[in-house]
Amino acid sequence: MLEIRNLRANAGGKEILRGITLTVKAGEVHAVMGPNGSGKSTLAQVLAGHPAYEVTGGEVLYQGQDLLAMAPEERALAGVFLAFQYPVEIPGVSNAYFLRAAYNEQRKARGEEEIDPIDFMDLLEQKVRMVEWGPEVLSRPVNAGFSGGEKKRNEILQMAVLEPRLAILDETDSGLDIDALRIVADGVNKLRRPDNATIVVTHYQRLLNYIVPDYVHVLAGGRIIRSGDKSLALELEARGYDWLTGAGAAA
Amino acid sequence: MGSEVESLVNREYKYGFVTDIESDVVPRGLSEDTVRLISEKKGEPAFMLDWRLKAYRRWLEMKEPHHWANIQYPAIDYQNIIYYSAPRTKKPLGSLDEVDPELLRTYEKLGISLTEQKMLAGVAVDAIFDSVSVGTTFKKTLAESGVIFCSFSEAVREHPELLRKYLGSVVPYNDNFFAALNSAVFSDGSFVFVPKGVRCPMELSTYFRMNTADAGQFERTLIVAEEGATVSYLEGCTAPKRSTNQLHAAVVELVALEGATIKYSTVQNWYAGDAEGKGGIYNFVTKRGKCAGARSKISWTQVETGSAITWKYPSVILQGDDSIGEFYSVAVVNGRQQADTGTKMIHAGKRTRSTIVSKGISAGQGNNSYRGQVKVLPKAEGARNYTQCDSMLIGNRCGAHTFPYIDVQNSSASVEHEASTSKIGEDQIFYLKQRGLNTENAISMIVNGFCKEVFKELPMEFAVEAQKLLGITLEGSVG
Repeated sequence: MLEIRNLRANAGGKEILRGITLTVKAGEVHAVMGPNGSGKSTLAQVLAGHPAYEVTGGEVLYQGQDLLAMAPEERALAGVFLAFQYPVEIPGVSNAYFLRAAYNEQRKARGEEEIDPIDFMDLLEQKVRMVEWGPEVLSRPVNAGFSGGEKKRNEILQMAVLEPRLAILDETDSGLDIDALRIVADGVNKLRRPDNATIVVTHYQRLLNYIVPDYVHVLAGGRIIRSGDKSLALELEARGYDWLTGAGAAA
Repeated sequence: MGSEVESLVNREYKYGFVTDIESDVVPRGLSEDTVRLISEKKGEPAFMLDWRLKAYRRWLEMKEPHHWANIQYPAIDYQNIIYYSAPRTKKPLGSLDEVDPELLRTYEKLGISLTEQKMLAGVAVDAIFDSVSVGTTFKKTLAESGVIFCSFSEAVREHPELLRKYLGSVVPYNDNFFAALNSAVFSDGSFVFVPKGVRCPMELSTYFRMNTADAGQFERTLIVAEEGATVSYLEGCTAPKRSTNQLHAAVVELVALEGATIKYSTVQNWYAGDAEGKGGIYNFVTKRGKCAGARSKISWTQVETGSAITWKYPSVILQGDDSIGEFYSVAVVNGRQQADTGTKMIHAGKRTRSTIVSKGISAGQGNNSYRGQVKVLPKAEGARNYTQCDSMLIGNRCGAHTFPYIDVQNSSASVEHEASTSKIGEDQIFYLKQRGLNTENAISMIVNGFCKEVFKELPMEFAVEAQKLLGITLEGSVG
């Protein structure tokens, strides 16, 4: 589904990603871990096409297509979804209106008619239940006045509505209490299917108790320095990043 | 924000066409003779001519208010303006059955059908073309409930007693430079009278169209709601694209007697000039309402997207005890547009309340100023005002300014002012793009959300229109 080959990217003239290579297949969950400043969030943003990052080398194939040549909205319409680390507030625009606009853009991209508003409300109510929320959240403005945890949960609600092929969760666990963490993780697990894939970017192992990854990659200094299965995450939890970053520097 | 946006900009102004019709035009320039000629052409009674002449003589002594508004423009040559232009027709105007088909086609093109069968149900229209009204729909239906809705000229002829009583009672002929000019040369406009206890059965609206080059449009609107009456009135405006500037100096007066409610909504889309600032309408307008009776209410809602220059401050004099004044405004500037707009709320009666919600959006190299005055007079015991004034910037070359004036002379009054300035951020746009929206739809969604509190005050059909208009005005303003 996704093939990242030797990807390099700058932010503000500084090289952040220094050659990332990673393959993600349909049905898989990959965790990308690493200390602060290792380039985890940059990787997520570059895959989504944020204009603040400049790709300086390498390539990314998504379902055989050149992902880096696509505009951010084209990537979204092709099924790439980024759950933001810092979701943005859109005052005055209700969640329901926003979700319907996004949902209809996807239908249009597939050459389908816009969804009937009443049918869409039925669909929304079902998705809202999936993240253990009440329908009142639909009339609230997008993220405006939301707590940190509510914003993260709102990202998962959007993901549930848009049903992406490739979901990238950027530090979705940061700032969540244990109940919110469980709700968010449950939401993600319910959305797992054999034909979609998830990249979970996180600093802590905690989230991986709930969303069990098939592969764990450790990022440091803009490179993947170690890959393994879920036991790698547990080892990191026990021994800290220094254990690997020291090794990485030597290698 | 980069070039992607810039390159998209400036979609054609959809209403910029010219109607090819023969017009009765008075020679350029302004003198006492011009004033007399206009009055004569309209067959006015002597009191009207006297009023015009008083205004003209006072105007000669006044100076154009160039110093305080935050706008810049070259001096207006008042002798190079055509003060009266009416489509020439064989039959007298006013009856829709006999209107020149070319005029009907013009309004069809503007999306305004003057054929009653085809019209939006529940909206009566007075269509003003240059200096005259070409017709008013649903007059009969309205007359059945006692509502008078007609052109100003007709009101002068048919209802002189009402005009003598109310004309100039809110905006006197000597109020300000542009109001005095209007009082001298105004050619037409709309008149609404809703008698005691009547709830006007339909929305009333006037559609203003400027067509003749170099002609000014000086219309006057007077709305009177008697005790307990209710009326909602809408105003829309467009003009052809021309490379020279055209002056529009209107006056609107509203009078609400005890327990009456007047809701006045405007969607202003005059031609704004091209990207370099050539051409466009100079919109210098005086709008004021008087809550004359207790428990009366006047509510202004405006969406200002057009004009090269907008200078207008729809105001409310809260004279009756417990009366309410409201001002909801969205003003958008793009290209080289300049807007200096806001309101005045003058609290004279006890427990009077006012609300001001102003949303200014600046894009391109536009310059947007909010200017508002809240004045609480000594006898306005328990008066309350709430003002919220938000500015949004799109890009790096535009400006937003706020000039609030607060003058409280009664210690029991409460006045609140909140202001914010925000910039549409790359992050906001990226967030929406990541959910599949393109740049234009993303901006349109963000801006419409920003304006929501004002749009919800508009009648339904207008709210939809206003949202679309905003999208078009801002098209290509960000990258």
